[in-house]
Amino acid sequence: MPGRTSSGFVIAGQVLAGACALAWALAAGDLPIGLGEVFDALFRGAEGMAADVVRELRLPRAVAVFVCGGLLALAGALMQVLLRNPLADPYVLGVSGGAAVGALAAMLVGASSWAIDGAAFGGALAAMLVVFGLAHGDGSWTQTRLLLTGVIVAAGCGAAVTLMLSLATDTRLQSMLFWLMGDASGASRPWPALVVLIAGLVVVLPFARDLNVLARGEATATALGVRVQRLRYLLYVLASLLTAAAVTLVGSVGFVGLIVPHVVRFAIGNDQRMLLPAALLAGGTLLTLADTAARTVMAPVQLPVGVLTALIGVPVFLFLLSRNPR
Amino acid sequence: MASTDSSPALLEADGLALQVGERWLCCEFSLRLAAGECLVLLGPNGAGKTTLLHTLAGLRAPTVGSVRLGGRPYADWDSLAAARFRGLLAQQQPDHFSASVLQTALIGRHPHLGRWGWETAEDVAIAQAALAEVGLAEFAGRDVLSLSGGERQRVSIATLLTQAPRLFLLDEPTNHLDLHYQIAVLELFARLGRQGRGVVMVLHDINLATRFADHVILLDGKGGVLAGTREDVLQPEHLSRAFEHPIRRLDVDGRTLFIPD
Repeated sequence: MPGRTSSGFVIAGQVLAGACALAWALAAGDLPIGLGEVFDALFRGAEGMAADVVRELRLPRAVAVFVCGGLLALAGALMQVLLRNPLADPYVLGVSGGAAVGALAAMLVGASSWAIDGAAFGGALAAMLVVFGLAHGDGSWTQTRLLLTGVIVAAGCGAAVTLMLSLATDTRLQSMLFWLMGDASGASRPWPALVVLIAGLVVVLPFARDLNVLARGEATATALGVRVQRLRYLLYVLASLLTAAAVTLVGSVGFVGLIVPHVVRFAIGNDQRMLLPAALLAGGTLLTLADTAARTVMAPVQLPVGVLTALIGVPVFLFLLSRNPR
Repeated sequence: MASTDSSPALLEADGLALQVGERWLCCEFSLRLAAGECLVLLGPNGAGKTTLLHTLAGLRAPTVGSVRLGGRPYADWDSLAAARFRGLLAQQQPDHFSASVLQTALIGRHPHLGRWGWETAEDVAIAQAALAEVGLAEFAGRDVLSLSGGERQRVSIATLLTQAPRLFLLDEPTNHLDLHYQIAVLELFARLGRQGRGVVMVLHDINLATRFADHVILLDGKGGVLAGTREDVLQPEHLSRAFEHPIRRLDVDGRTLFIPD
């Protein structure tokens, strides 16, 4: 069982891996920039085109995908505890569906990028409130009811999305499809989402051991002093907000929120005190690597990062699953 | 309950009545459990034994009446302090994610640790001792998802021992256990009772109740409650009426047995 010290080493290693991924993201591209120049651009205020490319173009995008990966992995880990279902991902309760409806509706009327972001976030919050309001019962079947309500709302959003795609003009269709697949090329304002990510981790970490207890069933958790209902509300609101921030930033990137918590769980176990920060860092690192690959392997063609995460994620996950037979 | 000493009760209930939906599970009755006593809840399926146990554990409020833990109503307890005073063995142990047996037993230390606390070597030693008590010393590294039903039940009992409360509330502690471990587990709680802990448990086996109970509450599933000492309640006519099946009493080698006709 990992203790506090060995956990510290794992997290430190992950921070290092994340830093390497970010460094690669800043250095690689159509204009290759040496790591020394990247360092100078970031920390010494260097002038020139290379420095501008690093600071103005690559840094916002690298931070955006790292934050998005972290948000999705953290939200996925929380959803899996909330619903006590290993198949839960950040999108299972319809939050991304709501965001997609909002964003595509804004695109359909030709709104500005600020308005698209605002509509996406608003749609995500609306979906969250609808699901929560409809599923708000009490008793032991809340979990199933929450899951069913979320799945149904997501299905409704999916239908609305398809309708809007069929109504869209060809010029707008491309950007709408890219938004749906998850596309980081337009992500230039990552800082609010970074604040959400850090705030989310700070809020949830004090409750991490409570989450371990919650996973053992409601009666047991209550008898062990966990205030189950309050904790569920916290999980639901927090996971939804994290997801809303992520889809607003980069769109519906698939598989990170489902797969990263599982991969981390295979590696270090299910102690949430470790799993939550580790999943956050692993999700950020993975998405940063995937996005850098997405814009370099077929350059100048930029692939949607969501496609790449799925193409990498699915075989990796199946491989890990086959090695962990139960 | 009939205890006459003045030692502070671990658990008291006054004028308790429980309603689930439209149905009344028990009419108003009272109980008092002192340290060292064992109370068994008996009754047919669906009579409300688990509901009553959860009410006594503070997981749900009584419809009528009051429950006091260590002299205070649950509302006055901090939830973690209450968890250090009373522990519950739930009937269901849902495992959705893999975890080692030791990690599962360590869950019981939750109310003893601070918000940022991690389990110390001392906590691990407590959990290992608890696993040894239920014959699982060798199982510490096993995945709970790979255990048999009886082994999983013993892990839950070890988790409760790790919690180390003064009052044990057990929902069918002999569930899934073979004959040897049924007796071993109930002997273990009887020994803890002699050390001054209190035990309330739901049982299905009348003969195990006869062997381990000081007091019995017999629910008949129609709202009727018979509460009293083992000798008062465990009579063939009461049992036959509650279970709606003729039950006969046999006295063999100085032991009392109840068998269905």
